[in-house]
Amino acid sequence: MADVNVGDAIPELRVTPDKYLPHRYAGASGDFNPIHIDEEFAKAVGLPRTILHGLYGMGLTAKANAAGLAGGDPRALKRLKVQFRGMGFPEQEIVVSGTVKSIEGDRVVVDTVAKQGDTELIKNAEAELEL
Amino acid sequence: MALKTDAVGKEWPASTYQVGREKIREYANALGIENPVHFDAEAARAAGFRDVVAPPMFAVVYSSPAMAPAMFDPDVAMNFAAMVHGGQEFEWDEPACSGDEITTTAKCVSIEEKDGKGFYVFETNSVNQDGAQVARGTWTLIVRGV
Repeated sequence: MADVNVGDAIPELRVTPDKYLPHRYAGASGDFNPIHIDEEFAKAVGLPRTILHGLYGMGLTAKANAAGLAGGDPRALKRLKVQFRGMGFPEQEIVVSGTVKSIEGDRVVVDTVAKQGDTELIKNAEAELEL
Repeated sequence: MALKTDAVGKEWPASTYQVGREKIREYANALGIENPVHFDAEAARAAGFRDVVAPPMFAVVYSSPAMAPAMFDPDVAMNFAAMVHGGQEFEWDEPACSGDEITTTAKCVSIEEKDGKGFYVFETNSVNQDGAQVARGTWTLIVRGV
């Protein structure tokens, strides 16, 4: 197993979704809720503009853990639990960071958060990896 | 107003999803995931997979279709205008690869009121064509002002 210790930070993932990312994520995921892809609709329901899919942020959270601790191996992530919080917007940088909370045998649990500025998009995320 | 809880324990008919290479590519590209095991069958086989393998969170792609009839069921009676996706959990076992046929069932595990909000919790269970466990999901949907 890689040299991982409790308290270690995983490498940060920084990504700025472009203006059309929610359209691509909608196509990829099948979630075409208009709050993500239709500016007029989003404003009509009281949002400042279209917002990112929460599950896109969860996808980045999974990516940050798999890439950060397991070289991107899709087998490593065994469990991921998240709470969705603040709204995320295209064209603003997302930073996913995490800290190793516990290690039991080959199982590593990482506390992870995804933020855009001071807004937590995903908080209290718990990623469990088998390394 | 008391929350309608008739749907607790209800299960919905299974939905089946055929995993394909191009859909995995599309998902990996949207997330900016670059590992060749998600794009190239040879690279995937060299890494021990049957075929191009999906990133773990591709679970939303094959399990979401099973959630639709649950969410729109009149027994559940959710007010969509006031609904947000509050939380999500997945647990993974066997990886999902191109060519797999994944069958997912959805079940309502609880409907509870807390602080004037309705918490609707569903579970999905996804198995592949060999009967192997692929993923389990827990979906928490929150409705304001119930």
